[in-house]
Amino acid sequence: MILADIANLIRSKNAGPFTLTFDIMFADLASYRRVKDSGALNAAAFAKLYRCPVDKVHYFECENALAFKFSIPRPLTQGELGDGDTHGGQQFIPLMNVEIP
Amino acid sequence: MANEKLQQIRFISPVGSVGGGISSAALDEAMAQAPDFIACDAGTTDAGPFSLGTGTPAFPREAVKRDLSLMLRAGRKANIPVILGSAGTAGGDVHVDWVLEIAREVVAEHALTLRTAVIYAEQDKTYLKRLLREDRILPLDPARPISDSIIDGSSRIVGMMGVEPLQQAILNGADFVLAGRCSDSALFAAIPLMRGFPPGLAWHAGKISECGTLVCETLGKGVIFTTVSQDEITIRPYGAGLRCTPQSVAAHSLYENSNPYLHRECSGTFDLTKASFEAIDGVTVRIRGSKFISEPYTVKLEGAELAGYQSIIVGGIRDPYIIRQLDEWLGSVRSYIDESVARVLGDKADKSLYSIIFHRYGINAVMGGLEPDPKHLPHEVGIVLEATAPTQDMAHKLAQLSRQPLLHYPIKEWVGSITAFACLHNPAVIDRGPVYRFNLNHVAVPSTPVEMFRTHFMDLCV
Repeated sequence: MILADIANLIRSKNAGPFTLTFDIMFADLASYRRVKDSGALNAAAFAKLYRCPVDKVHYFECENALAFKFSIPRPLTQGELGDGDTHGGQQFIPLMNVEIP
Repeated sequence: MANEKLQQIRFISPVGSVGGGISSAALDEAMAQAPDFIACDAGTTDAGPFSLGTGTPAFPREAVKRDLSLMLRAGRKANIPVILGSAGTAGGDVHVDWVLEIAREVVAEHALTLRTAVIYAEQDKTYLKRLLREDRILPLDPARPISDSIIDGSSRIVGMMGVEPLQQAILNGADFVLAGRCSDSALFAAIPLMRGFPPGLAWHAGKISECGTLVCETLGKGVIFTTVSQDEITIRPYGAGLRCTPQSVAAHSLYENSNPYLHRECSGTFDLTKASFEAIDGVTVRIRGSKFISEPYTVKLEGAELAGYQSIIVGGIRDPYIIRQLDEWLGSVRSYIDESVARVLGDKADKSLYSIIFHRYGINAVMGGLEPDPKHLPHEVGIVLEATAPTQDMAHKLAQLSRQPLLHYPIKEWVGSITAFACLHNPAVIDRGPVYRFNLNHVAVPSTPVEMFRTHFMDLCV
């Protein structure tokens, strides 16, 4: 199965003009635990997906929110020439296809 | 009152942003619960640097007036304060004055009397350069350069105030506090902190309330009603079909924050690591365990500088022969444009002065370098050519000079003259005016929490 089939929301957004943040949320504890226990989500895997140094990836497991969270520096500052996503809302797509064994 | 140990304090967040559209039915329902104050955020950097750069608001005037009128009338009727922060989207002085003018109209139309505190948040450049010399401007992560010339080159710089200027206004009897750039959570935490409620709870209550019904399971029309006591917060919505759940309230702390547990404010950090969330009924959630750690006082700075003037051309390509060699073809078009510009505009348009970018919708316009599948070729590609230059006149001419090569640059598959690009508009060139960039990611270290902000008291009445 892929992450998009298990999560009930995968989203990306600016956290201020210089940071992109990604939330992966679940409907129930079983789904959250299934993904957590799979080990498929971690800073190194995210760094590879987003072509970003692993030490720049902040990763959080938020069990009370049934959510995982990643934050990275924005590749281009919000609104910088060439930036194609002012709100950062469409940057989550690579996470959808992460295989959850 | 400040020294009494109050049982609880209750407040309303009527909408996530002034101008977003308050539900007046839900506001009436919540007002019947006798809140102690109403607070509302009116700004964000989320829309981009334009509002800060130009001094213009992101919402229509009519939308802001409608919401402000509902808030001020509800506040006066119940005789409780109304606090509005980050006025006019960016919270600069011109934005504050814009909302003040709207407030004057509301006061006149509804015969209100309003003891008003106006708090300006725009920063004096000489003051900031002095702080810089004294090593009292510190970088945040990711670090950006800072210098006198960056400060001088900014169109506008605001400081994000904490609770202290708001508290000073309330202590001086303000019915209406109209603040420039302000921490969203501070708008709601100011009065609970003054009245002696625990800082962890006061700040966390502000944080979960400031986006209106975004804290609910499903976003909808309604208002948020929050109660802070000495050991817990309760939060519930008013509005049809809305509910707060432990997951929705916990998850809200993730939204638009890089760290879901630690939230830096001027006076310290509130820590939600140990916060617990529990359903009281179908729509209300109780929170306990939020902590606050005091730290040296800092004020976040936001600045915008002019990046240039822009002109664009919008259109598309359907020819599969071009799409399969799009990178090379656009590269050739680009070289041809540069040669035309050098020939026609000469020294006036050195290549270092301008930028031409092709956004290729269907390929990687949305994700740029992060696109995982840039080799996938669609049957149609949308192109936005974006020309940026030091003047609008030059940007316009760059776009004009780009149109011919985009239309007619040849490919070897076809013999003779081609028209390769489908222009959406005539004239093809659209002038976008000035464009800005955020240029600061820093905090200032002031001597006092209020020295960066200027408060004016006035009585608004008919």
